[in-house]
Parts: sequence; structure tokens; C-alpha cells
Amino acid sequence: MGFIEVKDLKVHYPIRGGLLNTIQDYVYAVDGINLSIESGKTYGLVGESGSGKTTIGKSIIGLEEITSGNVIYEGVDVTNKARSRRGQYRDYNRDVQMIFQDSTSALNPKKRIIDVIAEPMRNFFNYTPQEEKKRIIELLEIVGLNEEAMYKYPHEFSGGQRQRIGVARAVASNPKLIIADEPTSALDLSVQAQVLNFMRNIQTEYGLSYLFISHDLGVVQHMSDYIAIMHRGRFVEQGTSREIYKNPQHIYTKRLLSAIPEMDPTIRKELKAERERVEKEYQEFEDQYYDENGRVYDLRPLNDNHYVALKPAEEGGK
Amino acid sequence: MWKTVLRRVLLMIPQIFILSILVFAVAQFMPGDPFTGLITPETDPIVIENLREQAGLNDPLPIQYFRWLGNALQGDFGTSYTYKVPVSVLIGQRAQNTILLSLVSLVLTYAIALPLGMLAGRYNDSFMDKAVIVYNYVSYAIPTFVLALLMLWFFGYTLGWFPTNGSVEVTLQSGSFEYYMSRAYHLILPSVTYAILGTTSIIQYLRSEVIDAKTQDYVKTARSKGVPEKVVYNRHIFRNSFLPIASTLGYQITGLIGGSVFIEQIFAYQGMGQLFIQSINSRDYSVITALVLLFGIATLVGTLLSDIIMSIVDPRIRID
Amino acid sequence: MAVERPLLEINHLETAFRVTDDYYNAVDDVSLTLENNEILAIVGESGSGKSTLATSIIGLHDPNNTQIKGEVIYKDINLLDLNETLYNKIRGNDIGMIFQDPLGSLNPLMTIHDQIEETLVYHSDMDDKQRTNRVEQLLDQVGIPNPKRVMQQYPHELSGGMRQRVVIAIALANKPPIIIADEPTTALDVTIQAQILDLMNDIQDETGSGIILITHDLGVVAQTADRVAVMYAGQIVEEATVEELFGNPKHPYTRSLLNSVPHELEDENDELHVIQGTVPSLQNLPRRGCRFAPRIPWIPAETHEEDPVLHEISPGHKVRCTCWQHFHFEGEEEQ
Repeated sequence: MGFIEVKDLKVHYPIRGGLLNTIQDYVYAVDGINLSIESGKTYGLVGESGSGKTTIGKSIIGLEEITSGNVIYEGVDVTNKARSRRGQYRDYNRDVQMIFQDSTSALNPKKRIIDVIAEPMRNFFNYTPQEEKKRIIELLEIVGLNEEAMYKYPHEFSGGQRQRIGVARAVASNPKLIIADEPTSALDLSVQAQVLNFMRNIQTEYGLSYLFISHDLGVVQHMSDYIAIMHRGRFVEQGTSREIYKNPQHIYTKRLLSAIPEMDPTIRKELKAERERVEKEYQEFEDQYYDENGRVYDLRPLNDNHYVALKPAEEGGK
Repeated sequence: MWKTVLRRVLLMIPQIFILSILVFAVAQFMPGDPFTGLITPETDPIVIENLREQAGLNDPLPIQYFRWLGNALQGDFGTSYTYKVPVSVLIGQRAQNTILLSLVSLVLTYAIALPLGMLAGRYNDSFMDKAVIVYNYVSYAIPTFVLALLMLWFFGYTLGWFPTNGSVEVTLQSGSFEYYMSRAYHLILPSVTYAILGTTSIIQYLRSEVIDAKTQDYVKTARSKGVPEKVVYNRHIFRNSFLPIASTLGYQITGLIGGSVFIEQIFAYQGMGQLFIQSINSRDYSVITALVLLFGIATLVGTLLSDIIMSIVDPRIRID
Repeated sequence: MAVERPLLEINHLETAFRVTDDYYNAVDDVSLTLENNEILAIVGESGSGKSTLATSIIGLHDPNNTQIKGEVIYKDINLLDLNETLYNKIRGNDIGMIFQDPLGSLNPLMTIHDQIEETLVYHSDMDDKQRTNRVEQLLDQVGIPNPKRVMQQYPHELSGGMRQRVVIAIALANKPPIIIADEPTTALDVTIQAQILDLMNDIQDETGSGIILITHDLGVVAQTADRVAVMYAGQIVEEATVEELFGNPKHPYTRSLLNSVPHELEDENDELHVIQGTVPSLQNLPRRGCRFAPRIPWIPAETHEEDPVLHEISPGHKVRCTCWQHFHFEGEEEQ
């Protein structure tokens, strides 16, 4: 059991239309996913644009209304309560933080770094100004910035530095879970390396968990203990990082993995042949992996560390 | 699309109904009535009272309201107390003048603003751009009535180039060639004034849109196709930059009906704006209520028009 | 008989941008050649000058605050000497361009047909009907199903992958011998990226054009390019065939970059390589000496050249400066 349990989470958006602007249909952005988050682990959430991966992160932290399902935090149902000011949800608010993709728009341009980082502390702790300052210096050091950074404004930093400030702010309230939505997608390779290293160091130091949302399979593999592959609002495959990358079962996972451009120019032909083979398999056996409405099947265990959404045997699945 | 337009039109009915109640109520709360002005120490209060009774002003308010509404639906807004003609006829005459003035002003506004905005945006930071900006600041800062009075004083009185009041020479036979020439002649000064004031926001908007658009990737694509620079501006940059301005066109059509209170008043131009001021001063209720209702409806229609125009010029916007 | 010249020859190209009152070289003394039927990748991080290089070749820069020196030789003429009218005859006809953002690089108010047709209008004598046929044929060539319908659609009605195919169709319209693709797959999902790269490879097999592929993605380079030039701070620091570059990288920057690619973790302490410091801004570029030296301070200063040039260390493999001979990662022993 994890300290956060996400059960059958659904986020549906109504599509309105017609003469009276009534609800005609729904977009099933997230359609019944389960997650169990244990402390000190990283959960990679992979999917292409529009798969619903960002919506999961946002709905857990309360930026998106949950249509049905539950988020249980240490036994307390906190579904749609993430922004509630009530005392009983305070712990949850403090313990779950988020890092966004675009560090430029995620940091208030009119606030100095000291105020940006202090904000979560002021919300949740009663530090004296001295304690606050000491803690901020500590945090900046952890992400590799010095004391001087405190009195500067976000625009005075480079993209990589701003993203590290975003990490420092997320860590400021001593959270147990940080939801990181494409934290390095906008960064150069060498800067990305820096941010990823910091994120892993902080994890070791504080024992926190990450929900790491990304479309970059290489980055997710590097960061994650567990991985879920998302397609059309549902998980097609879920398991340990090793299982997913070494032993993919679902056609969608296979397609994603075969599309990764490997860093080795000598295996081009093999990769292309593999891509074509998977594509052919996809064309031929698509109905094995999606039901008649194109919906992904429910996950079933392959082994203890690996779940796949295959067609159930009673419906003629393998 | 037509479904949405129909829905929007249907939605307007309750809006207009609420508006009509408000208009009626406000008119009731205004001090005095059309007969107040007739009262002198010598007037017999009974005579006034009889006039009021005859005009139905002593009936309960709901009855007065529904009588007014019923008539209004048939295009009968009553008779103007000051002009002694049906309100619909009065407004009809004035609306012609205002719409003419506004249309000419609108065309002039765009004729001035579009080239200036395009040039300023294309050659931003050049001397020409700076000159346009100065023009813009001046026309933005100067109040309507100051500019109108200056124009009137300089071109009307000092130079004597243009007539200083009215919408046509009163002695001319309606329908004759001279009559139309005179109307056009009377239009020049107020419409130029109107246009100068209207150009400011369009130039500003267009300039910044052009500056923004010329660094867009689709412009780079156009150039990389070998499209001549002139065509890049006319075909790619201008159309995209004009979009946000097109969305305000519907509201400007609303303005056509409303007219400009200041300009019509100062140039003594017989339009809706001037009529509005006059009828407030003379507490001519039937005219005021009709005008406010008309302006309100024009605003609603203008908003809808804006949305329709947008959906026509921008393929990304579909109202359905 | 004269010596066969390469398809495109860039000699000592310098592109300088005005910042406040001075000009600074964003592209500094770049020399490259592109052959027929070749994909030349230009790799670098933001600020390396790789995109500036592309816009310099095709002459798309603001003349008010840009200065260009050097030569871009195509068919024995220096493109940089051409006036706008003559340059426009080259653009779209001899050089096709593909940009990064497939939504942004299409005009939102024009149909797909009109946008592809436009380039035919200026470079061919086809009539209306012929042009429309050609548009349809191009859409088919880039793998767009139902071209007749798609022609009449607007960019926002297509998916990202389809839009990028349209952009490629525009670049291909006049069968240009040279195609420049600036981060053509960066904005796309990985499965779409694979499709687009395969498409570009197929097209090259068919047309035999030379492609300059500008990217920051080393994986894309490994899977697509024939030759690679690595750029850092406006200069080419290493140039080699793709097998040589990935199999036997020499320049400290190339090696550092390859080491910072995320990989499967070997153990808890496995860390990605981080390059010390940051890329210098245009105004703060070191004017003399090895530009990468400040980022590898543990390498002795005397191993750098005073005025680093490209050295051909084996046929076709060029490396800038001499510091690579003594380079080792921090904390590791010199080999």
C-alpha cells in the first residue's frame, strides 16, 4: 500500500452543442486509472500528446476537477480537496507539490526568488524570518545556486536555473510527493542532465517520491522505478521500469519503444526493420489490443511487477 | 453556424425584455414629466392634471409599461412631446444622417489607419514609424470636443472652407444634385474629426500585430518559398494582423446607430447623438426610451455580428 | 575537365548580429560542404548558432541588424552576392526549407492547397490546373491520405504529424536539389518523429537531393545523418561521418554531450555527466583561444591552441583545438 492511492480516477470533459447548448458527449481525458505511490520511489508516466498524462498530474494536485474515482492520502479521502483551506486537508496540500514544464511562466515575474521559495513555507510553517532565510539558502545550495540568487528576479536566470528554482520551491514545504510535468522538455541536453541529477539527489536526501510525467522515454527510463504507459486516457501497460523496457507486451508500448532513435548509427537497418515489423503487427492485430470502441482493455497481471491491458481470454484474447 | 445564430437570437429575446423593463423604470424615475415645463404660476393645475390623465400618465405603472411595450412592438413609440411627430418618424430621419456620417467616418478611419499601421509595423523604429507614433499619441490624448472645436474654429470659421452647422443647406430642393453635394459637403468636417479619433486604436493594434506577425514562422516559410516581400506583407502578414481588428467591426456597427454625442452636438449635425441629448434636456420620455432601447438592441446585435464576422474571416473559429 | 564542385559550398561564413551598438558573430568562420544525396547533420545546443547558419544560407535575416561575410557557393555563384529578386528565384526553387513547429510554420488563414501552390506560382509556368494536380501529387508523395480533401482544409484541422508532412510537401514542391530542415521533428511525438524521419530518408532516396538537418537530438542524428558537424558557440568543433562521430568522438564537447544523454541506471550512484558552467552569451564569447576551455578548467591551459583551428585527424574527421588529445573527464585519469 502506498501513502497515496489513486483509485479508478476519471476526468471527463463535456462537449456541448446543439440548439440549447446541452451536453452531447464527453472527452474521456482520463478514464479509470489506478496508481499506488510509495515513498522514495519514482513513477514514470509516459504517453504522447493528448494521452491524458498531464491531466492525471493536475487532477491529483487539484488543478483539474475529478469526475469520479478517489485520491486517498494516508487513509483520508482527498478527492477534489487539494485546494481546500480546511485543516484536515492541510497535510495533503503541504505534502504534494508540482514542477511545471515552462519555468518562465510558472514563476511570478514580479517576485524575487526569496519570495518565490518562501511562499510555500509561509503557508505551512511558522518560521521566523531568520529561520526562513536559513532554510532558503539551504534549498538554493541543494539545487546548486548561491545566496545571491535570493534577491534576483526570475528573468535574471537561465532556463535551467529557473527550473532548478522551481525544484527548490517544490521542495520548500518538505513534500512527500512531487509531481513533475515534463520538467526538462524545454532544456538543452547538458542542462537537462543537471536538473535530473539534482532531482535524484534531493530524492535520496529527503526520501520523497516523484510522479514523473514525460513523453521522453529515455528520460523516464533514467528516472523511474515504475512506469505506466498511457494511451487514450488509460494505462496500456504498467510495471517496473526494467519489465516495461525489456519485456513490452502491449502493441502501443512496442510502437513507442521501437520509435526511439537510438544513439547508435550502426543499427539503423535493424531498428527500421523492427519498426516496420511492429507497425505490421499493429495493423494486423489492433483488435487484440483495443475493444470495438477503440478503448484500451483493463489491466491484467502478467507477473507481480508487470500489468498489461490485453483482450480478456473470455472475449477471445490470447 | 446558423443554428448558433438562431440560438443567440432567441437568447436575445429575454435580454431585450429585461432591458425594456429597465429602460421604462429609469424613465419613470427621472424627475418631472413632459408637462412640467408648461407649468407657470398662471397655469391652472387642473389643466395640467387633465393633460396627464389624457396621456395615461396616471395609470398604474404595469399598465403603462405593457401599453408602451405593446405599441413599441408594432413600431409605435408614441409621439415626441417636443417635436409633436411620431418618435419612429423622428428617429428615422435622424438615423439616416447618423448612419451616413458614421459610414463615411468608418471608411475614412480605415483608409487612414490601415496604411499607417502597416507601414509603421513594417518599418518599425524608423523615422516614419516614430512620426506615426507621435500622430497616435496626439490623437489619443486630445479629447473629442477639443478636436471638434479646433476643427470647427480653424476650417469652419477662420478659413471658412466648410459649413459650420447642419447636415444640409436648408434652402435646397431635396433630391436635387445640389442637395446631395451639399450633404456631402456638410459631412466632411465632422467625419474627418470622427476618423482622426477612430484611427488611434486601429493603428496601434495593427502596428503591434504586424511587428508580431513578421517574426512568425509562417512568414519565414513564405519567404523561404521565394515569395516577394511585397506579397509576403500583403498576403500573409496583413491578413493575419487584421484579424483582431476585424473582430471589433461588429461593435463599430453598433456605433453607427449610436452616433457621437459630442461631434453631432458641436457640429450641430442632426443625428441620433444630438437627438439623445436634446430629448434628455427636454425630458422627452418617449424619445429617450425608444433610443435607449434601440442602442441596447444595437449592442446585442453588434456582439453577434462580431462573432459572425470572426467566424467568417478566421477559419479556426467556427461557431456551432 | 574542371574538378567537380560540391552541391553547396560554405566558405568562412560569418553571421553577426547587432546587440546594442556592436556586432557579434553568432556564426563564426564556418566552412562546410554538402554533396548530392547526402544528409549532413548540424548538431548543437541552443545558442550554438546552428539555426542562424540555416537562415544565413537561405538569406532570411534582417539586414538592418545582421552582417554576413564569407561565401555560400551554389552552381558557381555566391548566393550572398545576390539581390532580393535573384535570391527569391533560389529560395523554394533550389533550396527548400522545413521549419520546426508544424503549426507555426503554416499560415492559419490559408488552405493547404493555397500554401503549397504559392511556391509553384513563383517557380514554375504551370497553369492553375497543373498546379492543383501537382499539389495533390505532392500530398500523396508525403503520405497524406485523401489529398483531394486535405487540400481544401486549413492547418488547424490537421494533426501535428500531418502538418509537418504538408511543410515537407511545400519544401519539395519544386524538386529542389537542396533541402534545409531546421529541427523538423522536435515538436512531434516519438512515433510521428520516426515516421517523418523515414519519410525524409525515402524522399532522399527518390530525389537524390542533399539535406542539411539541423537538430539538437543526437538520437535523430545517429539514425538519419551521413555526416555530422557539431557546433559550439558559433564554431564547428568537430566534423566526421556519423559512424566515426558516435564510435570515436574526439572533441571534449562532443564527448561531454554524449555522456549527458539519459540512460538506464546502472546503480544508485550513477549520475549523468554535467558540463560545468553555462554556454556564454553572444556578447561574452571568448574572442581568443579555445571557446570550450572555460567549461573544462581541469584541463591544463597549455594544451589548448592559441588560435584554435580545425585539424583533420583522419580522412574526413576534423577536430578544433588540440585540447582533445589531453582531455579526460573530471576525476578520471588522463589516458
